[in-house]
Amino acid sequence: MVDATPRMERDIPPAEVPELELYHPKSWWTTYVFSQDAKVIAIQYSGTAVAIGLVALVLSWLMRLQLGFPGTFSFITPEAYYQFITMHGMIMVIYLLTALFLGGFGNYLIPLMVGARDMVFPYVNMLSFWIYLLAVLVLAASFFAPGGPTGAGWTLYPPQAILGGTPGGQSWGIILMLVSLILFIIGFTMGGLNYAVTVIQGRTRGMTLMRMPLTVWGIFTATVMALLAFPALFVACVMMLFDRVLGTSFFMPALVEMGEQLSYGGGSPILFQHLFWFFGHPEVYIVALPAFGIVSDLISTHARKNIFGYRMMVWAIVIIGALSFIVWAHHMYVSGMHPWFGFFFATTTLIIAVPTAIKVYNWVLTLWRGDIHLTVPMLFALAFIVTFVNGGLTGLFLGNVVVDVPLSDTMFVVAHFHMVMGVAPIMVIFGAIYHWYPKITGRMLEDWMGKFHFWVTFVGAYAIFFPMHYVGLVGVPRRYPEMGEAAFMTAPVDNLNAFISVAALVVGFAQMVFLFNLVWSLRFGKEAGPNPWRATSLEWQTPTTPPPHGNWGDERPVVYRWAYDYSVPGAPEDFIPQNDPWPDKPATRAA
Amino acid sequence: MGETTLNGFGAKPARPSGIRGVAADWASDQRAFKSASWGKAMMWIFLLSDTFIFSCFLLAYMTARSSTTVPWPNASEVFALHMFGADIPLILIAIMTFVLISSSGTMAMAVNFAYRKNKGATVALLLATAALGATFVGMQAFEWTKLITEGVRPWGNPWGAPQFGATFFMITGFHGTHVSFGVLFLLIVARKVWRGEYDRGDRGFFTSRPGDYEHVETMGLYWHFVDLVWVFIFAFFYLW
Repeated sequence: MVDATPRMERDIPPAEVPELELYHPKSWWTTYVFSQDAKVIAIQYSGTAVAIGLVALVLSWLMRLQLGFPGTFSFITPEAYYQFITMHGMIMVIYLLTALFLGGFGNYLIPLMVGARDMVFPYVNMLSFWIYLLAVLVLAASFFAPGGPTGAGWTLYPPQAILGGTPGGQSWGIILMLVSLILFIIGFTMGGLNYAVTVIQGRTRGMTLMRMPLTVWGIFTATVMALLAFPALFVACVMMLFDRVLGTSFFMPALVEMGEQLSYGGGSPILFQHLFWFFGHPEVYIVALPAFGIVSDLISTHARKNIFGYRMMVWAIVIIGALSFIVWAHHMYVSGMHPWFGFFFATTTLIIAVPTAIKVYNWVLTLWRGDIHLTVPMLFALAFIVTFVNGGLTGLFLGNVVVDVPLSDTMFVVAHFHMVMGVAPIMVIFGAIYHWYPKITGRMLEDWMGKFHFWVTFVGAYAIFFPMHYVGLVGVPRRYPEMGEAAFMTAPVDNLNAFISVAALVVGFAQMVFLFNLVWSLRFGKEAGPNPWRATSLEWQTPTTPPPHGNWGDERPVVYRWAYDYSVPGAPEDFIPQNDPWPDKPATRAA
Repeated sequence: MGETTLNGFGAKPARPSGIRGVAADWASDQRAFKSASWGKAMMWIFLLSDTFIFSCFLLAYMTARSSTTVPWPNASEVFALHMFGADIPLILIAIMTFVLISSSGTMAMAVNFAYRKNKGATVALLLATAALGATFVGMQAFEWTKLITEGVRPWGNPWGAPQFGATFFMITGFHGTHVSFGVLFLLIVARKVWRGEYDRGDRGFFTSRPGDYEHVETMGLYWHFVDLVWVFIFAFFYLW
């Protein structure tokens, strides 16, 4: 008896789990609005995140107008400035970056990349989006509430966050902010359980963990981290809400305000900082790890070369994720905690640089002697590497206690985290949108608009944040709407601030070109075909583009190889899709 | 219950035992946990996340208690009941703990009978679990009422640190909410068992997924977790 089935087909275990029974929508409402399809949910998440992100962008313009040209705009009072800061930071970090990476890219890419028909719990997944939307609406409502949004700073440190002197502290602002965060966490948990279980338990035949694209690894690890880190923020929000509404004293010490003793007493503001940063530091990597994963795939695809050191890349992601839970107090060197803590947290912080450096070296080595196509996604990926290295190096400065103490609360810190956590992940988001837009819509984004968008954004971001490091080193404190009595140092600083503000406005308007491109190409973009980048991972091998409900038609794909078979010697084409059994059935797939 | 073939999820295939088996599972395709269905895996991960919430609450409580400069109320006096002419410390909490731990026993038996598809016994045990849970919440309401009449408030109390009332109401309230939701879902699952929905694989009202007896076990995971959390709250709040 000769077994005629190809060797590799035989080696792949049979299906263990029956097909996911999908809910088949019966009306326009259940197809496009209350949809249980992860791809629709992904677009809903992304659209909402971008919409609220635009609000945060406008807020950053207003802040820059004040800093660049203090006193010129009478409607920007110090109170308004603090409200802009707070809302800009909170929206960008949580409602834009977290939601877009996990809710947007996670929902779209995880089921497609692991060969699933959908997330494992589509109904819960749908709820996740609607609760997120509610959280965004509650947050946006605070702009219209009496007293306006909270101006407590994005870290919401007590006691000032809930006192009368802070905008929104004794009115609706802080309450709406805390309620919105609690809702966000509940909504995220519903989605996060889906992403995690889909990756662990919902893969297709042949898709082992070590064959998953790094995008999935990044999003999966970030999801698990978020499920463990958001509880700390949840608890902190609940307790602060009680402090504000019920008059408990979890975070509130005995205080005298305007000559009057408040009824609070005995609480610990430092406790809030610990809870907040136990969430806050992993949050940095919740945003960064999906970016790491996505950029690995962009570089490999557009340099036509396998990713260098795949296993190391996976383990680096996991190790960074684990280490990020024991570094949180490096945000608190100046909070008055015991110096020994500072020693411990500085050490762990610097240790994180090791796996991170491994990743950077591997990206560079992937590029080395690669067939680099300078497509728009690749340009953004390269910009990410440069920006991330820059931002990471200043992170080494700030991770050391003795360097951090004088630099803390200056614009240097602002420049550092915007470089590493703002610009770098945003570069990846843009690159990813240019990369996957053809799969989502079936059309390419217009190339010249993309290149224009890239160069203005990249050069502009450096024009904004490089001088800001210098401004910080000179000693300009963050969070000050203007310099006031300290104006003696400001001849060069004034000019730089004005320069930065103009650059910020220019970069902001370049994003309008990007948004126009998104809409314009939907109708007039070049037809993309199923696999315009000649990529290997499963999402490019769907039977139709855009992928249908259920993703795969009659049969789910069977996976024979990892996602990085580019330029394999002897292969008929310079890429071999993951579901191609070559060399058993020599198949050049032009699907 | 690793060998169940409910929910269409097949029994685990033959594989090496021990640590090699674990490695083989994680190196395999499709699923890392070979005997866990999606629902069970999701509940486990959710409970892990919930563990972090309760841990943060308890750590916040410990911080407040160990950093306060005024005396902390004496638990064995505050939580004593005057019965039979004597103050018996912690008697109510002891009974509450006993009730809740017993409910874990009935829950475990319910899971067992569910896998035997013994509808009557399953429903009876689920209802018993729900009743014990409701009793627990009822006694908690009694305890809250007693403390409130004695002047304990979230912002202060007659005996010492104001954080006593704040942490007490917050933590027991959060746990009590978990128990209450558990009772609600126990009743829903019991109704589904009683109507034979798991025998027929009827579709859920919201999810339109076919149901099966494994839901009883997933429910049980949640219930045991809520129980376990209570043990920690009991130890750290009442016995410390």
